[in-house]
Amino acid sequence: MISLSHYLVLGAILFGISVVGIFLNRKNVVILLMSIELLLLAVNMNFVAFSRYLDDTAGQVFVFFILTVAAAEAAIGLAILIVLFRSRRTINVEELDSLKG
Amino acid sequence: MTFVQFCFYVFSAILVFAAGMVVTIRNPVKSALFLVLAFFSAACIWITLEAEFLAIVLVLVYVGAVMVLFLFVVMMLDIDLAVLRAGFARYLPVGSVIALLLILEIALVMTTSFGPGEFTAPGAHPADYSNTKELGRLIYTVYVYPFEIAAIILLVAIIAAIALTMRKRPDSKYIDPTKQIKVDRNDRLRIVKMKSEGDKQV
Repeated sequence: MISLSHYLVLGAILFGISVVGIFLNRKNVVILLMSIELLLLAVNMNFVAFSRYLDDTAGQVFVFFILTVAAAEAAIGLAILIVLFRSRRTINVEELDSLKG
Repeated sequence: MTFVQFCFYVFSAILVFAAGMVVTIRNPVKSALFLVLAFFSAACIWITLEAEFLAIVLVLVYVGAVMVLFLFVVMMLDIDLAVLRAGFARYLPVGSVIALLLILEIALVMTTSFGPGEFTAPGAHPADYSNTKELGRLIYTVYVYPFEIAAIILLVAIIAAIALTMRKRPDSKYIDPTKQIKVDRNDRLRIVKMKSEGDKQV
């Protein structure tokens, strides 16, 4: 039988991989956004596993709201990225060091 | 090994592999496609956890909408990959050591506190149990206020995304209909009073 810890460790591994992704791709904003999506997926995995093992559907409602916020975040983040690329012609984080638009 | 266990290990392996490829592969388009694979395997694992509605939402909303958005943006931007990849190998050892420590620490806590002895899985729901119905009942009764806030967040996201990316294009020949309707005769026509020169024969 699969225990709760199996799912939690899977979530932890996912979380660790995403943290490595943020370390490795410090300069590429697109991959950074994708790593954040993976982080949220790892957290959602924990929520769903706890919801099943505690037999409480409220955990799934929380995942529902996290998905909503993550979708909004991705949409606004990518819109900002496009505006940024239009004005600076780059998405390299190291070159984005001025506050003026 | 039961069938559910087999499914769990297969989909977990695919999920971890896909997540690793997302953060290490060179091409951002392939990285987005591997993220699709990761989300899909996560949805399969959620189905083994009897969260069918969320699994379908993950496929429809994430794979269907958010990842397509990512692909659009990646293909729209003309990125110089060589510059962005500089220093990749330099940060690999530090990053992997920190991630390994992180995973080990979390796993230590998770396996000692949430092992098979502490939490046993409740029995499977009966065949007529509807996960979607149960979630809907909760969302529209207990969580109706957060649900409305979520709707507002989505509305704000729509408006923000449109407002951020909209721009005036000076070279476009577009005519604003409201301006066209509001046009007054005096804006375009000028009547000049002149003295007639009647006594001169042509």
